[in-house]
Amino acid sequence: MITLSPLRWGKPYESLDFTDVVHFDTGEPIARIGNVGGGIVGRDMRQAHKAREALLQFSTDDLLEKCKRAAVLFESADLQVGDSTQSVDQFVHQQSASTGLPEHMCRSNLAKNSFVLANMEQILDCLTRGLDLSILSRGYGEEGRGVVVSYQAQTPILGAVLPNNSPGVHTLWLPAIPLQIGLALKPGSQEPWTPYRMVSAFIEAGVPAEAFGLYPGGHDSGGAIMTKAPRSMIFGSAQTVAQHSGNPKVQAHGPGFSKILIGDDVVDDWENYLDMMVESVLSNSGRSCINCSGIWASRHTKEIAAAIAKRIGPVDALPPSDPNSQLAAFTVPAMATGTYAMVQQDLAESGVTDVTAEFGEKLIERDHCAYLRPMVVHADSPDRGVVSKEYMFPFVSVVQCPQAEMLRRIGPTLVGTVLTADQALISAAGSSVDIDRVNIGPIPTNRLNWLQPHEGNIIDFLFRSRAYQTADLPVAAASTS
Amino acid sequence: MNTADTSISDEVAKLAAEAKDRLNEHTLKTVHWHFSEDTGSPFWLGKKAELNFDPLTDVKSFEDLKKFPLFEDEWLRGGPLARWVPKGHAGKPTFVFETGGTTGIPKSRVVIEDHWKDYELFSDTLPDKYFPRGANWLMLGPSGPRRLRLAVEHLAQHRGGTCFCIDLDPRWVVKLIKKGWMEHLEEYKKHCVDQAVTVLTAGHDVQCMFATPKLLESLGEALEERGTSLQEVGIKGIFSGGTEFTPQWTRFCVEEMLGGPAEEGGVYMTPTYGNTLMGLACSKPITAADGYKISYYAPQPRAVTEVVSFDDYNQPVGIGETGRVKLYTLTDEFFVPGFMERDEGEREAPFEMYPWDGVSGVRPFHELASATTVGVY
Repeated sequence: MITLSPLRWGKPYESLDFTDVVHFDTGEPIARIGNVGGGIVGRDMRQAHKAREALLQFSTDDLLEKCKRAAVLFESADLQVGDSTQSVDQFVHQQSASTGLPEHMCRSNLAKNSFVLANMEQILDCLTRGLDLSILSRGYGEEGRGVVVSYQAQTPILGAVLPNNSPGVHTLWLPAIPLQIGLALKPGSQEPWTPYRMVSAFIEAGVPAEAFGLYPGGHDSGGAIMTKAPRSMIFGSAQTVAQHSGNPKVQAHGPGFSKILIGDDVVDDWENYLDMMVESVLSNSGRSCINCSGIWASRHTKEIAAAIAKRIGPVDALPPSDPNSQLAAFTVPAMATGTYAMVQQDLAESGVTDVTAEFGEKLIERDHCAYLRPMVVHADSPDRGVVSKEYMFPFVSVVQCPQAEMLRRIGPTLVGTVLTADQALISAAGSSVDIDRVNIGPIPTNRLNWLQPHEGNIIDFLFRSRAYQTADLPVAAASTS
Repeated sequence: MNTADTSISDEVAKLAAEAKDRLNEHTLKTVHWHFSEDTGSPFWLGKKAELNFDPLTDVKSFEDLKKFPLFEDEWLRGGPLARWVPKGHAGKPTFVFETGGTTGIPKSRVVIEDHWKDYELFSDTLPDKYFPRGANWLMLGPSGPRRLRLAVEHLAQHRGGTCFCIDLDPRWVVKLIKKGWMEHLEEYKKHCVDQAVTVLTAGHDVQCMFATPKLLESLGEALEERGTSLQEVGIKGIFSGGTEFTPQWTRFCVEEMLGGPAEEGGVYMTPTYGNTLMGLACSKPITAADGYKISYYAPQPRAVTEVVSFDDYNQPVGIGETGRVKLYTLTDEFFVPGFMERDEGEREAPFEMYPWDGVSGVRPFHELASATTVGVY
C-alpha cells in the first residue's frame, strides 16, 4: 500500500497521524495519507517567502520549459509518489478507486491537466494579454508603448484547499509555478493523487522542491492555509462560495450552474443540437461545474427533455474499468441517498416532471458506495425551485421560459452556451453579468478553451497592477559594496 | 483474566493487585455512602427502588458495579440540582459545573470539593522542576459554568502561586462554527490569545500554564510573531487536555513549538484527559521513542476508566485492543456506576506509576463522530 507523506517546502514529513484511503467498491485499503495539523501549516507559512525566492532563481522562460517537461512526465512517466514509484496505470487505477470516477474519465482528466501544463506558455500569453512575463518577475518594466507598467505579486505562494473528487480542476493552480509563485496545497482526502503526482512531475522536471507544500489533514490544515496564505483558492458548495464572497484573499470555486439557452430563432431546430446538449449534461458523469444543469427555451421543452432522457435515461452503473462506463460512484453512500432525497423534494413541486421516470430506479446502493443514474426533469416555469439546483450526477432541468425573460431569470451561470443568431440576444448575453464564460453557438458547456480565463483570471488574483515611476538621481550614489 | 495480565512484570502485577484491592474497598465504601438513608442523595435513593438488587448487600467489589444499569447522561440535564447532593453533605456550599460546548440544556454536576481534591492529586504528579512551587499560572481556556477555571486556580494556589485566567466560551465557538462565521472565530481566538500574550509579557512571573491544544498552538504562534516564544517568556511547564490531543500534535509541540524535549531544555508538557464527571486523568510520560503515544490513567480509585467491547459494554477488551471508553466516578460527592463516554481508544496496560488500566488513542466514538462538533477548544 502506498503511503503519502506531507511535504514541507520540499521536505517529506513523517506524520504520526494517518487517514486510510479505501477502494470505493470493495472497501480495500489502497493508500494511507499522513496528516498534519494547522500548527505545522502556520509555521511553514511563515517561511513561504522562501518558496518564491527559490522560483525566482529561474527565469519564467526556464520555468515554462520545465512545465512542458513536467507535462510529459505527468502524463507518461513512472514517478516517485509518496513512498512508491507510480506508473500511469497505477495512478489511473488509484484515482478511480478512491473517487469513484470510471478509469477512462481519470485518463481524460490526466490528459487535460497535462495539456494545460504543456501549453502554459500560450495560456499565460492569453491570460496576461501578451505581457512580457519578465515584468511580472521584476515587478515593473517597459511594455513597448513608452510607458512603465508594474505588477506586484500579492503573495509568495498560492494556497489551495483542493476538492475530493474532481481531478479536472487542478488545472487552476498550475499557472502559479511559471509565475514564480509557490504552492501550499491541501489535497482532498479521496483525491490526493493529482496534486502528489503533479508536484512529483514538477520536481522531476527541475522545479525546485522548496516551492511546494503539500498539507493533507482535516479542516484544521485547510483552515490554516486559508487563514495564513495571502491568496488562496477553495473548492466547495454554494455555501462555501458564499462564505468567502467579497474576500479578496480567496477565490472560491463552487457549483457552476452552467446552462444552455436556446433562442426563439433556432428552437424549432432543437434536434440539431441534441448531441451537444447530451454531452454537456453527461460528460465526466455530470460532476463538473462546467456540466450543464439547465436548458432554457420558450417552446419544445417537453420534446427536448424527452429526447435527452431517451439518450441518458438508460445509462447504468458499470465497473470503473469498463470503457463504456458513464457514471461515477458516490464513494460516501449517504451523499447519494441525501442527494436523491433532495431531488424527490424538487419533484414534489407542481409543474416539475421526472422525464426519466420510465427508465427505472435511480438510486443504486452497493455495500460501500452508491450511484445515481441520470435524470432529466421538466420545469414548466423558471419559478420552480429545481431550476436553480445542481447535483453531483448527470442531472438537468429543461426549463420553459420566454426568451425575453431568460437572461433576467437564469441566475449565476459559470458557462452559458447561447444558441442563436439573434444579434440582440447575443449582445444581451454578452452584457449579462450573470454569465462568466459565454459560448455563442453550439459549443458544449464542458468544452473549455484554455486560452481563456476560467472562473477569474489568476493573473488578476495573484498580481496587482500599480504605478511605478523612476527618475535618475542628481549625483551618482555611493557604492554599497 | 485476559491477555492484559500476562504481559506485565511480576512487580507491576503485584502493584495492580494491591490497587484492585483498594478499588474494591473504595467501591464498597462509596456504594454504602450513596445508598444509605442517612448519607445518600435523593437521586440514588430513588433509583434504589427501581433496581432488582440491593446495592448495600449485593455490591461486594468493583466488578459488582456492572449490576447497575448504565448511567444516562440525560439524567444530568435540567433540575432540580438538589437531588444530586448527598444527605451526608447537606448544607455545605455547592458549585454547579456544566459540560462544555453544548448549546441545548447542558449536563450539570453538583460539586462540593471534588474539583479541589482532583487537582491536588494531579498536583502530586507534576514535577517541581517544571512546575516550580510558588510560580504563578496562566489558565487559557473555558471558564464560566465549566469547572476548569476554579480547578486550575486552586491548583495554582495549592502550589503556592496565583492564577491569571483568560476565558474562552466554547458555546459561542460552537455557534460561530455552525454559522460558518470563520472570520469571527479567528477574531475571537485572537482576542483570547492577545490577552494571554499581555499577561505573559507583563512581568507577572508566570511559569506554568494550562491551555487547550488549539489555544496553546495559537499562543505559541502569536508569541513567535512578536519575536519571542513560550520558552522565552518564562514558561517552564504546561498541562493541556482534550481529545484533540494527538501524538502528531504532541510531536509538533515538542519538536517545533516548545524548544525540544524538556530534558534537553524545552518546555515540559503533560497531556491530560478530563471532564466534569470524572476529574482529571494523567498521562504516562510521553517520549519520542514511544512515538509520542498518549496513554491516560484515571485517578483511581476516585475514578476508573475501562475500554470495553463495542458489542458488550460490560466486557473489557484485551490490552492493545480498541473499544469504547467507559467511566466510573466513585467519590463521596458523586456516583457514576458506568457511563459510556463519547470516545473510543485502545486499552493500555498498568505500569509502575499507575498500576491499573489506561486508555490511549482517545478519539470520538466512531458511531457518534459525524454528529459531534470536535475541535471546539
